[in-house]
Amino acid sequence: MFEITLGHYLVLAATIFTIGVVGIFLNRKNIIVILMSIELILLAVNINLVSFSIYMNDLVGQIFTLFILTVAAAEAAIGLAIIVIYYRNSGTIRVQEIDKLKG
Amino acid sequence: MIIHSIFFYIFSIIAVFSAIMVTVSRNTVHSVFFLILDFITISCLFIMIGAEFIGMIMLIVYVGAVAVLFLFVVMMLNVSKQKNEWLGGAKNSNHIPIGLLISGVIFFELIIVVGGWKYKPDLLKTFSSIGIDLNTTNTHEIGKVLYTDYIHLFQLSGMVLLVAMIGAIVLTFRQREGIKRQSYFKQVSRERNESVELVDPKNNEGVKIDV
Repeated sequence: MFEITLGHYLVLAATIFTIGVVGIFLNRKNIIVILMSIELILLAVNINLVSFSIYMNDLVGQIFTLFILTVAAAEAAIGLAIIVIYYRNSGTIRVQEIDKLKG
Repeated sequence: MIIHSIFFYIFSIIAVFSAIMVTVSRNTVHSVFFLILDFITISCLFIMIGAEFIGMIMLIVYVGAVAVLFLFVVMMLNVSKQKNEWLGGAKNSNHIPIGLLISGVIFFELIIVVGGWKYKPDLLKTFSSIGIDLNTTNTHEIGKVLYTDYIHLFQLSGMVLLVAMIGAIVLTFRQREGIKRQSYFKQVSRERNESVELVDPKNNEGVKIDV
């Protein structure tokens, strides 16, 4: 109980990952919250990589975390740009009203 | 050791709580605030575990850039008035049970995978030769590896950022109609025969000017 092992970190990461997935699935609000849930999922992956890297004495996990950080920043920039354009064109970013594809 | 574990539990409880609040809070601005709290907490965990460089970089990149970008967009789009209808939307309520079911299955699978080395111990073997040297700092270690072995990936991630920047600018660039702009090329390349015209006016007829 009082020794923090790799499993503790992995359970924490799994919990945050699942919260992110729930946030994507059950969102009835606007798309920005969905983007934030994606950020949460990437954060959970980062926790996994860093904790494996520390506990298994291997630096590659931390290097990879840097690349995931880069991709997350790029993805946030592009996603928010797309949201701004969509709001400018259609006036709403509510999830329920975005049904142009009739999906 | 007990202090370390107590701090771990405190930070992880705060992290999970703020992650839940990101998804369920009624106001989008509050969601962004809880996202910032989550990032800060996780970077504290990283610093505690011994990955200081990643923790600080997460603080800079996520809190300083990404969360502020989210805040800017939330402010610009004026969506904070829209109330959250999480789990309360009457129209699409048939999505909720299947969403919860799939999320539960994902969590269950992740927990199974977490305990994977309990029944297969050789899963925990690493195959790379880059160990962590505890005599130098974490930043020094990462620098020694990142700029030598992973230099191509490093430059490619720079390209990813460049493409993202250009893409965001191109997407949000808007050419407005009806605004007179200065065009140096047009002004400088104007010549006499296309801007000055000699007319010979006749008596009692005047000159017809077409603009």
